[in-house]
Amino acid sequence: MDAKELIARRVALELHDRTLVNLGIGLPTLVSRYVPHGITVAFQSENGIIGFGAPPPNGMEDPHLTDAGGGYISALPGAASFDSSTSFALIRGGHLDMTVLGGLQVDAAGHLANWMVPGKLVPGMGGAMDLVVGAKRVIVAMQHAAKGQPKIVATLTLPPTAIRRVSLIVTEMAVIEPTPEGLLLRERAPGVSVEDIIAQTGADLLIIGEVPEMPIAIPNEDAA
Amino acid sequence: MRIAISAADAAALIPDGASVMIGGFMGVGSPDRIIDALVARRVRGLTVIGNDTAFPGVGIGKLIDAGCVSQLKVSHIGTNPQTQKKMIAGEIEIDLIPQGTLAERIRAGGNGLGGILTPTGVGTVVEKGKRIIEVEGRAFLLELPLRADFALIRSRESDYNCNLTYRLTAMNFNPLMAFAADCVIAEPDEIVPVGVIPPDAVRTPGILVHHLVERPR
Repeated sequence: MDAKELIARRVALELHDRTLVNLGIGLPTLVSRYVPHGITVAFQSENGIIGFGAPPPNGMEDPHLTDAGGGYISALPGAASFDSSTSFALIRGGHLDMTVLGGLQVDAAGHLANWMVPGKLVPGMGGAMDLVVGAKRVIVAMQHAAKGQPKIVATLTLPPTAIRRVSLIVTEMAVIEPTPEGLLLRERAPGVSVEDIIAQTGADLLIIGEVPEMPIAIPNEDAA
Repeated sequence: MRIAISAADAAALIPDGASVMIGGFMGVGSPDRIIDALVARRVRGLTVIGNDTAFPGVGIGKLIDAGCVSQLKVSHIGTNPQTQKKMIAGEIEIDLIPQGTLAERIRAGGNGLGGILTPTGVGTVVEKGKRIIEVEGRAFLLELPLRADFALIRSRESDYNCNLTYRLTAMNFNPLMAFAADCVIAEPDEIVPVGVIPPDAVRTPGILVHHLVERPR
């Protein structure tokens, strides 16, 4: 299992029945493949839909029905479409139960940077700032390190996306919960030791007792 | 009843240097025929307000490719390397605005409001130069209304009175922008007789639309 799949399968266990969830572009999108059986989640896409599903069969795509990345999607029975103001009212107004976003850095205060690298990458924040400010839970799904450098750091060196403390960080090595006291190491990936995690993390971790191995969701053949 | 005009005639209304709101999200729900006509007429120096610049050769991306744009107010340019190249070369000045803030600034501009207060952007580079106002113990940014000379709207249907409907995720910024410009030009996929669109289904009242682009022939 590669790192991205492991992360997606762990994040999927954070999904709860009858909730509204927004998945960011890239790795977070994979989470929709592992929705646990018996749980119904409504996925929102910020370009203006709740209740989208897997891409339709070849030749049946509707050019007026895409996700926020511009990819073709389908609409499930009961879906609703709406304008951009309504879409962000859902996000900013406290109606979105959870968002899963990629990350460039998270620091000891739980602040996320995920929208630019000065001088290198300036894609724009899109909906990320609104999502981090407004969602009830913010889950960061990212690889633990990039090019040998920790992505979990003492203090952000990249511009923050928001100053709100994110709810949970899920990487291929660990599950970490930012708390007012610091970053709490909740789980370790199968075969990964606490020492490995500490070595790959650029911020202090709070470790209380035995750190359990992370559970992961099984693939859901019915899911989007 | 109003007279529908050609996309070329619509593009001819828009002078060089105009500010233009253009509906669409990654090109979905953008008025493609007006955009093609603007490229064909070699318009220059536009300030474009929209969500993104899509991809090269798609939606607003066509205006970028053709050198029609000198200023952008958008939330995202990451999918269009041409936009980034022109930004670095100093050919296009870019103001990046969080997507929800962009929607609400346009709504404020169209709704006669003096601005909006949003928590989005507090503590980030977005707050630079803006007033921070505390309401009930929480910090908000004062974001000012946005308006433009023109709004270019893509709709699914229009009736002869320019009442508009939209389709699925092609709606996005279109109905907001229809309020926020001095001259609103709508490009429908279909034009239908008055009465075909039920009043409850009208998303943009025709009274807001100044010009209607004829159906594709």
